[in-house]
Amino acid sequence: MIEVKDLHVSFGANHVVRGVDMTVAAGECFGLVGESGCGKSTVLGAIAGRVKRWQGSITAAGSALRPERRTLAQLRLQQMVFQDPFGSLHPRHTIGRALSEPLEIHGIGDREARIEQALDRVGLPRRFRFRYPHQLSGGQRQRVAIARALILEPKVLLLDEPTSALDVSIQAEILNLLKDLRQQQGLTYVLVSHDMAVVAHLSDRIAVMQNGTFVEVAPRAAMISGDLSHPYTRMLREGSLGYRPTEKEAL
Amino acid sequence: MAEPLLSVRNLTVEFPSLHRIRPAVSGVSFDLGREKVGIIGESGSGKSTCGRAIMRLHPGRTRITADRMAFMGQDLLTLPERQMRAIRGHRIAMILQDPKYSLNPVMTVGEQIAETVILHERLPRRAARLRAMEMLEKVHIRDPERVMRLYPHEVSGGMGQRVMISMMLIAKPALIIADEPTSALDVSVRQQVLAILDELVTDSDMGLLFISHDLNLVRSFCDRVLIMYAGRVVEEIAAADLDRAQHPYTRGLLEALPSLTEPKDRLAVLRRDPAWEVGA
Ligand SMILES: Nc1ncnc2c1ncn2[C@@H]1O[C@H](COP(=O)(O)OP(=O)(O)OP(=O)(O)O)[C@@H](O)[C@H]1O
Ligand SMILES: Nc1ncnc2c1ncn2[C@@H]1O[C@H](COP(=O)(O)OP(=O)(O)OP(=O)(O)O)[C@@H](O)[C@H]1O
Ligand SMILES: [Mg+2]
Ligand SMILES: [Mg+2]
Repeated sequence: MIEVKDLHVSFGANHVVRGVDMTVAAGECFGLVGESGCGKSTVLGAIAGRVKRWQGSITAAGSALRPERRTLAQLRLQQMVFQDPFGSLHPRHTIGRALSEPLEIHGIGDREARIEQALDRVGLPRRFRFRYPHQLSGGQRQRVAIARALILEPKVLLLDEPTSALDVSIQAEILNLLKDLRQQQGLTYVLVSHDMAVVAHLSDRIAVMQNGTFVEVAPRAAMISGDLSHPYTRMLREGSLGYRPTEKEAL
Repeated sequence: MAEPLLSVRNLTVEFPSLHRIRPAVSGVSFDLGREKVGIIGESGSGKSTCGRAIMRLHPGRTRITADRMAFMGQDLLTLPERQMRAIRGHRIAMILQDPKYSLNPVMTVGEQIAETVILHERLPRRAARLRAMEMLEKVHIRDPERVMRLYPHEVSGGMGQRVMISMMLIAKPALIIADEPTSALDVSVRQQVLAILDELVTDSDMGLLFISHDLNLVRSFCDRVLIMYAGRVVEEIAAADLDRAQHPYTRGLLEALPSLTEPKDRLAVLRRDPAWEVGA
């Protein structure tokens, strides 16, 4: 479904993504973890068409993507859910408007019904369409963001920390929802998260990124059992189990 | 016993609305000393609203009432706005949930931190810049020189959070309200940032109100935990005893948690009981 070859992204002199290769099969969930600032969101951005300058090749559903221009069909194919739910919603647009906008851009009718269905799907009351982002809690905003991504019925969801703003009970609902959608509709996911348990819960394979490259791609089972080859991967896995006071404090 | 740093009794927050809805926060009471107190609870349960009420950051028409809301003996409810401004960001600092949104979009990260330095440490501009850089290093930002020149939309999620944290460290407050301060950080940076906060509480006698969704983190990092549901505190428990929590809501949260070591195919979804809303 997605094939990325030798992807490079630079912002000015800062070479952020340094040769990433990844192949994601249709219906697969591909996890992406790694250090803060190592380029995870940038990789998703390049696939989604938000990052407009990159080198290498990206193919999605068999069609080659170009850095600068995308057809509407190519844009509709993949939708992104962002890390920062506040930043991704326009503060002065109601939720209803945020949901109807992508439908308008893509010329899709039957908007009322689709908006209500999208809210239902993410477990928000329908009356929320009249609210503004600041009137929702962080988790409610993230559910709106997921509803908006789903409303175009994409084949690929690019999920950037989709549940880091959610409490664990809503997280469980969203993770179950994502699992169901994938089963029922054969959706393909690329999932970025700092929570190893979340990544391992959904992903078939997990890429570990450091300094702009993948240092390891581990199958789910290896991440769970701890049978990992790279020391950085092992460190990430250990660290995800809770807070450990540093040596200084332990003394 | 000495007076706690922060003492809240029967805090209620209502947002004006066309419909009569239940208050976002109702009847919340707790004390906070020089310790780390966690608040967990589902999305929309009123955690951030509590934090903002203490800082008096709500829109003007919001109704905030309490029998008591005292910070170091000062009544936060009746304090004139001018004095409140002197407390906000100085004596009490808040790390907001959406870091990028709370930074000024048209100012570089470096300028914003330097401005905080000038305000709090009264250093000249050149020295403030150096100090800003030092603070970014302290929160383990790689290449602080470059990051100083970036605008908020150019930094990654985790960098934005650390920029906010560095500004707060400069202010050296007595109380920090941290709203999901580490949710966008990778585990190694998170560990380092928590160690910094931990150090402030232990060495600088600071109090920390730590709002988080991460049960494992709260369990291992905090001293006590308040569990909120539908605007109320339904349970309060020593963090280390979280696994032995009694309230069915807290139990439900624990069961909804995905586990790396004991994976399950489907996660338990909380079945909400209207009885939980009636009161703790
Ligand atoms: N628009 C931009 N202009 C300049 N630099 C940028 C821009 N977007 C990202 N960067 C830089 O690229 C690097 C990678 O950022 P990215 O957001 O991909 O990190 P990340 O892996 O998603 O981190 P996090 O886990 O903290 O979200 C960072 O150093 C960041 O400052
Ligand atoms: N300005 C506002 N106007 C109207 N309602 C609001 C406003 N701010 C918050 N609310 C409502 O108050 C309730 C509590 O919100 P709050 O942001 O405190 O939740 P939270 O516990 O921090 O949730 P999360 O974990 O998702 O951040 C929510 O139902 C929210 O929709
Ligand atoms: Mg990111
Ligand atoms: Mg909140």
